[in-house]
Amino acid sequence: MQGAEIFIESLLAEGVDTIFGHPGGAILPINDALYSGRIRHILTRHEQGAVHMAEGYARATGRPGVVLVTSGPGGTNVVTGLADAFMDSTPIVVFTGQVPTGVIGNDAFQEADIVGITRSCTKHNYLVRDVKDLARTIKEAFYIAASGRPGPVLVDIPKDVANASTDFSYPDSVDIRGYRPTTLGHAGQIRRAAEMLAAAERPVIYAGGGVIHSEAAAELHELGEFAATPVTNTLMGLGGFPGRHDLWLGMLGMHGTYTANMAMDQADLVIAVGARFDDRVTGNLEEFCVGAEFIHIDIDPSSIGKNIPVTLPIVGDVKMCLQRLLKELRAMEGKDWYAAHASWLTQIAEWQRDFPLLYEQDPDGELMPQYVCEQIYEVTAGEAIITTEVGQHQMWAAQFYHFMKPRHFITSGGLGTMGYGFPAAIGAQIAYPDRTVIDIAGDGSFQMNVQELATAVQYDLPVIVAILNNHSLGMVRQWQQFFYEGRYADTSLEVSPDYVKLAEAYGAVGLRATKPDEVRPALEEAIRLRRPVVLDFVVKMTENVFPMIPTGGSIKDMLLA
Amino acid sequence: MPRQQNGEVQRHTFAVLVENQFGVLGRITGLFSARGFNIESLSVAETEDPSVSRITLVTAGDDMILEQVNKQLNRLIDVIKVTDLSEEPHVDREMVLIKVNTEDFRRAEVFRIGEIFRAKIVDVTAKTYVLEVTGDEGKIGAVIDLLKPLGIKEIVRTGKIAIGRGQGAM
Repeated sequence: MQGAEIFIESLLAEGVDTIFGHPGGAILPINDALYSGRIRHILTRHEQGAVHMAEGYARATGRPGVVLVTSGPGGTNVVTGLADAFMDSTPIVVFTGQVPTGVIGNDAFQEADIVGITRSCTKHNYLVRDVKDLARTIKEAFYIAASGRPGPVLVDIPKDVANASTDFSYPDSVDIRGYRPTTLGHAGQIRRAAEMLAAAERPVIYAGGGVIHSEAAAELHELGEFAATPVTNTLMGLGGFPGRHDLWLGMLGMHGTYTANMAMDQADLVIAVGARFDDRVTGNLEEFCVGAEFIHIDIDPSSIGKNIPVTLPIVGDVKMCLQRLLKELRAMEGKDWYAAHASWLTQIAEWQRDFPLLYEQDPDGELMPQYVCEQIYEVTAGEAIITTEVGQHQMWAAQFYHFMKPRHFITSGGLGTMGYGFPAAIGAQIAYPDRTVIDIAGDGSFQMNVQELATAVQYDLPVIVAILNNHSLGMVRQWQQFFYEGRYADTSLEVSPDYVKLAEAYGAVGLRATKPDEVRPALEEAIRLRRPVVLDFVVKMTENVFPMIPTGGSIKDMLLA
Repeated sequence: MPRQQNGEVQRHTFAVLVENQFGVLGRITGLFSARGFNIESLSVAETEDPSVSRITLVTAGDDMILEQVNKQLNRLIDVIKVTDLSEEPHVDREMVLIKVNTEDFRRAEVFRIGEIFRAKIVDVTAKTYVLEVTGDEGKIGAVIDLLKPLGIKEIVRTGKIAIGRGQGAM
């Protein structure tokens, strides 16, 4: 069987139904084999669009997203997406074409050492030098991408390998001696964790994206309620615990709620679950949770003890560890958790009452971006899949759309990739054609992958882009206001396209709202149309995101308004 | 509670078993440069199993960095096993070839120093010797210090190799 056919058979064996890609010379044998239509190929307008679509697909479904691009610039254009997926532990498998093996290293046309380039931003990568290795390599690539701490894997396929033939048999299993993730969690450590939680007076669960990846939202919910322990989520963890719940503190960190950050500061025990103590969460490490001991549950041992010394490390899959922790807790008899934590929970309720997230929408005044986010929540009844770009709008989406379930919020957390949200929304929409998918965008970010409007129109996807248009690079502008004495260098987008006309030029629908009472009708119309829609919400330019803890600061530096 | 422990910097010797494939060394050195860890010395060669290579790597850092070195190495798919040999009794050796000036009646002195350190003279010219010396860090350092005033023309070291003591194996 020819290499290109082996590729297709292998992907079918992995259950792949969709590939996101862009063709080119070196990958043509595989595109040609895809002509049979056995796997759907989504033609994107830029390789970066393809890789973010695959990320969106993966984050919405939990299954690896697949990308197919050509050599050279095709490969270099996916690097940002690989780095993004690596930071956020998103399982994707990227296939790149490569020049024929005989000319590798000769500076051939469209040649780039993509395996060398992507070594530090993939979980693993491969150059397939012999067609006999192709099926096994694909098997390993999917296994590595989706297991353990998920991540991106790149497979580079030279053109002559895709053209060469060999006998095909797809391996049933993989055995990689250097890769055996610990999933179960150490029983003794889990017992100690239960004891520490039982002894704590002011515990907080700090839950990250690992809860989403390991499908552990139900266990987290149960743990919080059983042990009367409040929960805060990282940006990546939103939806891992119901966003409207007495025990939910809101998001923590730089733009986290007052309550979440105060609870962390005052806690005597922090249970980190599938989170990695990112600097946007901790701020100044010296002043972070100074009174707390830490339990850290994570599948990646290198995440434990990296930034914060941990009292009790537990290496394992979050879901399995939480199940076993719950079992230990249930076996403890006679503890009234709610009574034990009564004063702690009262304190938290007071913070929540006294310091909610605030903004004011004057009915006749400028449109507020927070209001738009709340309206999106109301109109979609919290059921939409929300993606975002990166910046102020991302934080407002995180703060004002209440994520009740996992896999409803898809955002670029670690790398902070502007241009992520729109293609990610397309990927999620392709996975779930009947759901409402909305990219809450900034005008700056949207322009970074705006070309994918053509993809949305071509495949008739009812994806909605809600631009919170403040005619500037708002988050950078906010920093300039606070930390650079209002010297607004290079953050004004005074020359911008007319987004309504731009949408129409692509064959999509463009709608604009400039007043509060226009927001809801525009959203309802966009959802009703079931077509690609760009909503241009012209919002107040100078609005800032609060609370804010400046970089490297601590709770005492928190700005509330 | 201490946070970023700017603890005492220690040198540790790691033994790393890796898949014997192209690009593996690049992954390891890339990991060190990307995370700002030091490599003080590195030596690599195939083991008795041709599919496995063994790397001996000397690095320096505080406890937190050394722990991260270990964990980040383990995170690489092509890394089969990592042992921090500095945590256990081990033997380490390095070999050095030193080309020394033997002009101006220094030949006898160079020869004598070589004998004391059980060096082999592996190349001789009218003006130079090449000495081969094997030993631990202290011995190598001492012989270099003694030969330096006599005129070292060129030096090459293998980098440290190390193995755990006792019956156990990696």
